[in-house]
Amino acid sequence: MGNTNHKESFVSKFVFTQDHKMISKQFLITAIFMGIAGVMMSVFFRLQLGWPGESFAILETFMGKWAPNGVLDRNAYLALTTIHGTIMVFFVLTAGLSGTFSNLLIPLQIGARDMASGFLNMLSYWFFAVSSVMMLFSLLVEGGAASAGWTIYPPLSVLPQAIPGSGMGMTLWLLSMTLFVVSSLLGSLNYIVTIINLRTKGMSMTRLPLTIWAFFITAILGVLSFPVLVSAIVLLMMDRMMGTAFYLSDIFIGGEALDATGGSPILFQHLFWFLGHPEVYIVLLPALGISSEVIATNSRKPIFGYKAMVGSLMAIGFLSFIVWAHHMFITGMNPFLGSVFVFTTLLIAIPSAVKAFNYITTLWKGNLRFTPAMLFSIGLVSTFVTGGLTGIILADSALDVTLHDTYFVVGHFHIVMGLSAIFGMFAGVYHWFSKMFGTMMNTKLGYAHFWLTITCGYGVFFPMHFVGLAGAPRRYYNSSSFDFLSETADLQPIISVFAIIGSLSQLIFLFNFFYSIFRGQKAVQNPWKSNTLEWTTPVEHIHGNWPGALPEVHRWAYDYSNPAHEEDFVLQSTPLKDGEIGH
Amino acid sequence: MKLLILLVIVVGVIALAQLAKIYQLSARLRGHREEEISEADTRMNGALWIVFMIVFYATTIWQFVRYGDYLPPAASAHGESVDTLMNFNLAIIIFVFFVVNTLLFIFPYKYRYNKNRKALFLLHDSKLELIWTVVPSIVLAVIIIFGLKTWTEMTGPASDDAIRIEIYSKQFDWTARYSGDDGQFGATDFNLITPSNPLGIITEEGVMLANVKLTDKIAKLQAILDIEKVHLLTEKAEIEATLHGGDAHGHDGADSHEPSPDHTAHLESRLHDIETVLSSGEALVMTEAAYEAKEDKIYRLERHLQRILELQPYKFSDGLSGWEVGKDDRIVKGEFHLPIGREIEFIFRSRDVIHSAFMPHFRAQMNTVPGLPTRFKLTPTITTDSMRTILDNPDFNYILLCNKICGSAHFNMGMDIVVESQEKYDAWLAEQKVYIAEQN
Repeated sequence: MGNTNHKESFVSKFVFTQDHKMISKQFLITAIFMGIAGVMMSVFFRLQLGWPGESFAILETFMGKWAPNGVLDRNAYLALTTIHGTIMVFFVLTAGLSGTFSNLLIPLQIGARDMASGFLNMLSYWFFAVSSVMMLFSLLVEGGAASAGWTIYPPLSVLPQAIPGSGMGMTLWLLSMTLFVVSSLLGSLNYIVTIINLRTKGMSMTRLPLTIWAFFITAILGVLSFPVLVSAIVLLMMDRMMGTAFYLSDIFIGGEALDATGGSPILFQHLFWFLGHPEVYIVLLPALGISSEVIATNSRKPIFGYKAMVGSLMAIGFLSFIVWAHHMFITGMNPFLGSVFVFTTLLIAIPSAVKAFNYITTLWKGNLRFTPAMLFSIGLVSTFVTGGLTGIILADSALDVTLHDTYFVVGHFHIVMGLSAIFGMFAGVYHWFSKMFGTMMNTKLGYAHFWLTITCGYGVFFPMHFVGLAGAPRRYYNSSSFDFLSETADLQPIISVFAIIGSLSQLIFLFNFFYSIFRGQKAVQNPWKSNTLEWTTPVEHIHGNWPGALPEVHRWAYDYSNPAHEEDFVLQSTPLKDGEIGH
Repeated sequence: MKLLILLVIVVGVIALAQLAKIYQLSARLRGHREEEISEADTRMNGALWIVFMIVFYATTIWQFVRYGDYLPPAASAHGESVDTLMNFNLAIIIFVFFVVNTLLFIFPYKYRYNKNRKALFLLHDSKLELIWTVVPSIVLAVIIIFGLKTWTEMTGPASDDAIRIEIYSKQFDWTARYSGDDGQFGATDFNLITPSNPLGIITEEGVMLANVKLTDKIAKLQAILDIEKVHLLTEKAEIEATLHGGDAHGHDGADSHEPSPDHTAHLESRLHDIETVLSSGEALVMTEAAYEAKEDKIYRLERHLQRILELQPYKFSDGLSGWEVGKDDRIVKGEFHLPIGREIEFIFRSRDVIHSAFMPHFRAQMNTVPGLPTRFKLTPTITTDSMRTILDNPDFNYILLCNKICGSAHFNMGMDIVVESQEKYDAWLAEQKVYIAEQN
């Protein structure tokens, strides 16, 4: 791969590109479209939940026969929640976050010309693109999209007799997710290999920016856990299509006793959550990495406790593999086994606490520049702490009995993983926009976007804790179908109003994003006065990233406000001064 | 209407674009760059953190006041310990929530950008980091120990004199089963489920009846297939080909020898039968798909019959007498009753998909899993009547509801629970329907 600009055709530059910067943009823009779809779905079912049975013209416009007379159909409601969850967790927060920023930043921050394999990288994107299209297409098939919840527990997901969405819709869901996993594996392997092998001279592992550490650990989690989901999916497909009974036993449905004995629906849950729990951290860790970088840069201060930050990333990554059964305390699993998982789950709170306190200490006595990215990063720490704390309650099996599958859980994970991860993604976009498109996003619009988003984010998900404590189950089509639910029923319309305003305020972001691509202020090379290597590349993208030789690294990434230097930042490629002790 | 909305959106986007343009032009005139945060912006955002904190805390406190007594008092013995544990954990996390968020919102205000100041070059502080590793560890240790103590108590084995009640779930309702005077539940098998035996309780008569009914069903279906015209004609042609030799050789060279006399006689009689059916006008015509569907149905019924034939008394601990105990089981729908102060051990079973038996007032929940019976024990401590007095709500009822997505009417799948004195409970139970296998 040379470092000169070739003449390229449109197809090889924008479509089947092998350049990591372009692939990163492809991931981002696809994820934004998936995000728009996912958020719109949530608004649709929030309309039903806020005002059950009311007629909304907009529902009929978009949903057609699935919302007769503007009232959402019951099965369509379940399909919407299912696909909303799937899209947001996998397509936006996994592929969108990791795919965009691992691709953009790994080569740029470690000083590499490109990913280890540009071809695999391209395949990774195209598998993702096909799986995205397939997932959206599954909304249109007969019987509707998969509607067994994003966790697709069998037998519900196996039996079309049990729910219409378990027909063609579920088949497409399974195929789409299989392609998605292939994409994720190709990407993750590439990230790992690139980080291990292609670091430039002087870039030791202990000098890596925390973003790269986060992407590295995320990729390892992905490689170890996603294949388990594929196994689970293959067995599920065999149960659906070939009459096997891995997950089925003693079932009588549709007036008929099924010829399936000896399987266990719980087996699926073990396999699913063996991916599902690391998945939470696959979503969260890149966001934490991004915020570490953004907070240090905009506090003009070294990240506090770099080694502790890396250590806690590793600890969280490791622990995430031995906590999965905390999703299954009430499945009839042996209570003693439950105790073990209570213990391991609560252990995660320790590295998480270390991270939170280190963030706060980084802010302490800093010189804080309120760029939109910085605001989102601070917001991320707040949601990470607020959402993480309620996790302590859910991890306690005795309390989970009462709260399992209630709105409390919905509030918890939307704050700790939904808001935190999406804040991390926004922070990343605002911070590295100029690296992607060579222009700057509008700051004022960024402020409006941030303050509306954090207000609405907490406005939507914070009250859900109270709804859940009052015993309201999630995934109910009607939020007041039982008398005792009326205690908190008046919170539901409030939540819906915040959800609608919050979604509309994302239009500010969309406008800012697309407008700035074409009309934004031309960027300078290092707008945030940052230390990392990506800011030594030219503003205009070139193949191979650096025009001349690769930069050499002489120091760690966080020499902000170093008293030995005049400026409050020192590029990693700046050689040490005489007598200066480097990191 | 749609047009109007579209118009508003389009106008909005144009307005935003114009605003952005004006903003940019003026910024260019002032030589302003996006990455430079003006002092006014720094002040505004710093202040907004404080405003946000105040509003956030105010609404949080309001929610605690308004919705804090989230559920009525726990109506079960273990539920009280669960509530204590909950309040203990809530107290800790609320404290940490306020402390950490306060630091997080005040620091941005306090340390907002000032071009005359340089940030503190602070790399790490082992002592501080040790503190915030050790202190959370100790707090968590307390939380874990307290939590596991409660968990072990509530999940331990039920006592021998506990009342056992089976809760059975299906799309989209609940059934409760109480054992009869013998104190034992009859064994069940999903193959025996019929409208009059919704739980599939095994009795000798039930097994025999199912056997007869299935055999009969299979025979009826087979009878229909036997008079299907197209298949009969095909078979007729094949037999004729075999009988008259010659023709058959073409496509089956290996079978070229003459059929044995016995076989010939058999074929001739079959041919005669076929001709009788065809000439009687009884023959049916159906599509190949319909024919195959019926064949498939027969296959499945045969498998069903096979599974019932495998139900043998010797496979059960009490042999044939074990098949008698189900006869006096009591089956209850709509609502079920519990006596106050007695330990209840619920046994949960499911017919079709996973459901979850959620009894929020008793702080109890357990999934019901097809093929895998689950258990949960609890001791009710407050009668329905007392709870109505406590809540000052004469319509209050305890409820069992489904809390695992199970299909379109998931949100409507509930059953009332009545807690009452032992005497009333006994009287109620005596009135309930006793299950007896279908006799006809």
